[in-house]
Amino acid sequence: MKFNTVIKLSAVAVGLSLSVVGCRKGLEKTTPLPGRGATGVPETPPGQMIGGNNNNPPGLPIDTQPRPIPVTPPVDPNATTPLNGSLSSWLAAANNPFKGDTVYFDFDKATVKPGEISKIERVASGIKGMPGKALRIEGHCDERGTEEYNRSLGERRALAVRELLMHSGVDANLIDTISYGEDRPADPGHDKEAWAKNRRGEFILIEPPSASTTSNGK
Amino acid sequence: MNSRYSILFLALSPALLLGQQPSIDINRDSDGGWPKPIPVSISGFSGEVDSVLKTDLLFMGIQNVSPDQAKYLISGSNASRVEGRVVERINKASILAKAYTGGSLRSETHALADDIAQALTGKPGIAQTKIAFKGESGHGNGEIYIADYDGHNPQAVTHDQTIVAAPCWAGHSTLYYASYKQGAPKIFSHHLTTGDRRLITPFPGANISPAVSPDGTRLAMILSKSGSPDLYVSDRNGGNLQQLTRTKEAESSPCWSPDNQTICYVSRERGPASLFTISASGGAPRRILSNFASTPTEPDWSPDGKWIAFTSLAGNFQICIVRAQGGDAIVVGTGEDPSWAPNSRALIFCHGPDHSKKLSLLDVPTKQVKDIARILESNSQSQPSWAK
Repeated sequence: MKFNTVIKLSAVAVGLSLSVVGCRKGLEKTTPLPGRGATGVPETPPGQMIGGNNNNPPGLPIDTQPRPIPVTPPVDPNATTPLNGSLSSWLAAANNPFKGDTVYFDFDKATVKPGEISKIERVASGIKGMPGKALRIEGHCDERGTEEYNRSLGERRALAVRELLMHSGVDANLIDTISYGEDRPADPGHDKEAWAKNRRGEFILIEPPSASTTSNGK
Repeated sequence: MNSRYSILFLALSPALLLGQQPSIDINRDSDGGWPKPIPVSISGFSGEVDSVLKTDLLFMGIQNVSPDQAKYLISGSNASRVEGRVVERINKASILAKAYTGGSLRSETHALADDIAQALTGKPGIAQTKIAFKGESGHGNGEIYIADYDGHNPQAVTHDQTIVAAPCWAGHSTLYYASYKQGAPKIFSHHLTTGDRRLITPFPGANISPAVSPDGTRLAMILSKSGSPDLYVSDRNGGNLQQLTRTKEAESSPCWSPDNQTICYVSRERGPASLFTISASGGAPRRILSNFASTPTEPDWSPDGKWIAFTSLAGNFQICIVRAQGGDAIVVGTGEDPSWAPNSRALIFCHGPDHSKKLSLLDVPTKQVKDIARILESNSQSQPSWAK
């Protein structure tokens, strides 16, 4: 009897700890909604055992303290990853394998459209196979914004592409950004087709200054 | 705002944007408005002196009219030296009588205009003030220039043949601007007399849109080094750097209130761009309404504290003003990137197609506009900043 009880209690204890551990892992991948803590774990009313019968064996102390459900602090929606200053001096490599992977944006938007994500994944897998190299993303805008607004928006576009590269496993410290605002259009035209070509993020393969044969003194 | 009412407002606002301006009389002589132009009759001057004088006075609220409508008569000559006399038309009281020597005809005329403005309006004139701007040469490259407020006597300040942006004044002898000389844009200070240039923001990413506080002690700017373009402040040499906004969206174009306490800037953190203000020492941002003007950008705060001028991205670009506490915006011109004159009455802006822009002066209350001729070595002038 006692042995069975021990087994039952152990099973419950293991079950509880597994559910707790499992609960934590689940929380790391989800964004909790405001006001809620854990997801998917049924609350155990005090004193009730999971998986066993609810008749308390005589003589066993009953812990009626409600167990606090572990809560991971909510993911900060404004969390960002700092840029790596040492990439500033890196130079464009002679060949750019990512020329054709330019990401295009909608007007006045810095969010990457679903249809553009495969390009970023392609670049991510490409750069991961190039040790010693890094990426610089150029952010650009069309002429329908004012100059400083566009300079900031272009940077936000480059950073949006950078975030998706990071989600695809590229080290944040290997991604640099530069905004050209509306200064370097791909198409100098003044129509919708030209504007669409100009709202873009371009990938530039970069390498440390020592790697290139011609030194570009600043 | 109750969501039902905000939907109603959104439904109405496109109709209101299509030309039904709110009827605000900005010539009303009340708080926030401007006094009506002072009518004068100008005679005796010729050529460049005559045109410079009339232009200067226009942007200081003094309008040339026929003698019978004038309150003051301004007479003078520039036969040998520039001389000017101002008398009240009706009672013949002498207001001013002065001669000017020692400078160019233009500078002597500007000095006369300032004396007339001081005598008639009681406020300092702007005829001898300066502007800075970007002169683009090609491929996005350009240089920073300074000039008289009317665009004359332009001088290049930089010679780097790289992308430069957003010059702003610190007092009257130093400019701050962003330059791509070192790759990505970084903010530099540049002393005009000594040529001394210093790197203020050695950070990765975007270091852009510098704005020096009116008392010259602090610098606001947009930095993306933390992973998103955010508003920062520091001492004018870059020390004591403090991050004021922490959003995932892009902030841009900070400008200072004249009392150095508040910064107005643009943020896209609530979706479409809006104007916000925040204490220069940090705190919660506060949205500034600019009703009837879509997508406000590039704000500039008037030196008297009453107005914020900005560019509305509404198909074409429109110069708008709104009271500093927010409210209904008023369209005052077509163009972009306004910068107030020290008299909070005139402003300078630019207009035209990309890479082919012109600077222009605007008298806000009367909406009179005067284009500034392009400088020869540059195909596009933009991003003007009026020294205050």
